[in-house]
Amino acid sequence: MAKLSLEELRALRARESARMAKRDIHGKSIHVVVGMGTCGIQAGAKVTLNSIVDEIEAKGLKDVIVTQAPCQGKCDQEPVVEVYSPALGAVAYGKVDARLARQIVDEHIIAGRIIKDHQIDLEA
Amino acid sequence: MGFRNYILVCGGTGCESSKADLIYKTLIEEAAAQGVADQVQVIKTGCFGFCEQGPIVKILPEDSFYVKVRPEDARELISEHVIKGREVTRLLYNKTPKKPLEQVEDIQFYQKQLRVVLRNCGVIDPENIDDYIANDGYVALEKALFEMSGDDIINEMKLSGLRGRGGAGFPTWMKWNFTKQAEGDVKYVVCNADEGDPGAYMDRSTLEGDPHSVLEAMTICGKAIGAHQGFIYIRAEYPLAIHRLEVAMKQAREYGLLGKNILGSGFDYDIEIRLGAGAFVCGEETALLQSIEGHRGMPLPRPPFPASKGLWGKPTVINNVETWANVPVIIARGGAEFAKVGTQDSRGTKVFALTGKVKNSGLVEVPMGTTLREIVFDIGGGIAGGRKFKAVQTGGPSGGVITEENLDTPIDFGGLQRIGSMMGSGGMIVMDDSDCIVDVAKFYLEFTRDESCGKCFPCRIGGKSLYNLLDKITIGNGTEEDLEELKTIAHAMQKGSLCALGQTAPNPVLSTMRYFPEEYEAHIRDKKCPAGKCKKLIRYQIDPSKCIGCTACSRKCPVGAISGELKKPHSINQSACIKCGVCRQTCKFSAITIE
Ligand SMILES: Cc1cc2nc3c(=O)[nH]c(=O)nc-3n(C[C@H](O)[C@H](O)[C@H](O)COP(=O)(O)O)c2cc1C
Ligand code: SF4
Ligand code: SF4
Ligand code: SF4
Ligand code: FES
Repeated sequence: MAKLSLEELRALRARESARMAKRDIHGKSIHVVVGMGTCGIQAGAKVTLNSIVDEIEAKGLKDVIVTQAPCQGKCDQEPVVEVYSPALGAVAYGKVDARLARQIVDEHIIAGRIIKDHQIDLEA
Repeated sequence: MGFRNYILVCGGTGCESSKADLIYKTLIEEAAAQGVADQVQVIKTGCFGFCEQGPIVKILPEDSFYVKVRPEDARELISEHVIKGREVTRLLYNKTPKKPLEQVEDIQFYQKQLRVVLRNCGVIDPENIDDYIANDGYVALEKALFEMSGDDIINEMKLSGLRGRGGAGFPTWMKWNFTKQAEGDVKYVVCNADEGDPGAYMDRSTLEGDPHSVLEAMTICGKAIGAHQGFIYIRAEYPLAIHRLEVAMKQAREYGLLGKNILGSGFDYDIEIRLGAGAFVCGEETALLQSIEGHRGMPLPRPPFPASKGLWGKPTVINNVETWANVPVIIARGGAEFAKVGTQDSRGTKVFALTGKVKNSGLVEVPMGTTLREIVFDIGGGIAGGRKFKAVQTGGPSGGVITEENLDTPIDFGGLQRIGSMMGSGGMIVMDDSDCIVDVAKFYLEFTRDESCGKCFPCRIGGKSLYNLLDKITIGNGTEEDLEELKTIAHAMQKGSLCALGQTAPNPVLSTMRYFPEEYEAHIRDKKCPAGKCKKLIRYQIDPSKCIGCTACSRKCPVGAISGELKKPHSINQSACIKCGVCRQTCKFSAITIE
């Protein structure tokens, strides 16, 4: 590794901070939980999870954290995705495939609109 | 594709000694075997501070805090947590899965803590300079080299109010300023990583978890005072910390952050490691400098202070590891910002090694001004085993005990001194009612007696006499005159010793005598040890009304001192009993008591 100039150190820091920020889970206001129980995984939750994470990265969103959660007791609706945000509260979606996953990022998270057609009620 | 999960494995000495390294390797193997190697990153970090619960594994982004993990658990952590998104409940610290948005700070141990010195410990990979740089690493050095003069740097240190964390609490900026103004074109910077205080390990953990913070700080000081060479004096018993320092220095040199013409600024600076043999007195600054020069580590009279005549007679700044770790934060964020935390007397935070009879022991970093009650009861979780709080010992062999009545004293340098103790380096030992206060004083005097370098007689002879008198009291031969004698010798040592080892060695005696006079009296007048600790002063006795004659104790007694027939009350032959206490632990009917 060659010795750094001031500019190179700053460029390196910018790059590395962005990498590190992905590990940082503090102070994020939007939280996406993907149901990953056995039933969820069979129903394609892994694809759903990957699609959400990739779309968030593609759109460069920084204020979102995506975590996995065990089965939500709604096996017929798996994969289930819940989104918590200050603007829209807690909203759950059922049967989330890769396309709907990207739509959740674009419409729910970025545009701030609930996708009514796919919304489900977890309490029911 | 980015990583879905990050697995942080503690790589501090505590956890490494219980196989954390194997856990780290097994997690990587399992991730590969289960086909998710591209989805998880396994990172080895520094100490999380919760060593007693180690090995610690933390998985992000769920922020799941796993404790006492074994290598065999790696498979399940990958298959359950990473693949299925199910927390492995049995390994979680609080055994209950988290709700969304809950974080580790919800664990009682971490509440009320504020991590400045330990900001990177348990967060970054200490062997990867890029991780350090990502978290604002070397920002302070940039400022110091390109935007600040030596006086600007010292002024920022002054605004911060930082006082030395090695024990005496001397204002850091003043030391730097004296050294800067001292005559001479060759000057040195030294890091004191000797850490000889029994029970202290915050310096070790800082170096293991965040070595670059110390390198960066020492370089900034070099720029401020006009020095081009630094030395880190560290005890050879800290192999992991030494290794991490060596890796960090190599990486810093490769990046040109150490060496000639740093970042093209024209400033040259490098650092060397010097190993100490681990004598407590070598932590004293003048002895330490002697030792670096290759002489026997013995304290010298001060003045001259190292700031005017230090290493090889040149002006030298010497600071403690924790002091150094604060410096990059002060320069990067500004002294005034740093000074917002803490008290008028002491700014910033302090790291304590909390041990003894508390439920949660570990490394604790709190703002100055936090009370002992908060540390012992909120962070430490109170006394283990439902026993009664007795006292806290702070300041190690130079310090004293603090009792219930002073638990609400805000902790800072002045506050601890006013109640007869010391900040010291930050050891904090909690005692319960089964700890004997005379025995505690004796423990510290045995330590200082053994560690005295012998150069001056008040310390050499006085330490031994104090120890002998305490020993005499614990075996039941003490007299009222001995109490006076203890005080007389103590005061002579305080006045006549050359260095702080001898001057402060009597503190544990004076402080325990001040707060627990009745316990000394009990040993002397009644020949009793109220805590039931001093073997010569206690008797194990079987209460015939409670003993059912189960024979369990007589079978366990190592010297056959217990006799009795089955189903009849047993009795102890006092002349044979060696007071090991095994019988009392064995009896299920609480029939055996200490008198
Ligand atoms: C017997 C004795 C042992 C000491 N041990 C240490 C030590 O292990 N680490 C340390 O930093 N300071 C130790 N000190 C304090 C040093 O002499 C010195 O005050 C300190 O390194 C200055 O750094 P600071 O201003 O950053 O606290 C010791 C002092 C005495 C008298
Ligand atoms: S006070 Fe004790 S340790 Fe210090 S110089 Fe004297 S004999 Fe040595
Ligand atoms: S204290 Fe130990 S030696 Fe004494 S009677 Fe009990 S078991 Fe035996
Ligand atoms: S163990 Fe207790 S109950 Fe049993 S014989 Fe000993 S003293 Fe008696
Ligand atoms: S060494 Fe692992 S938590 Fe301290």
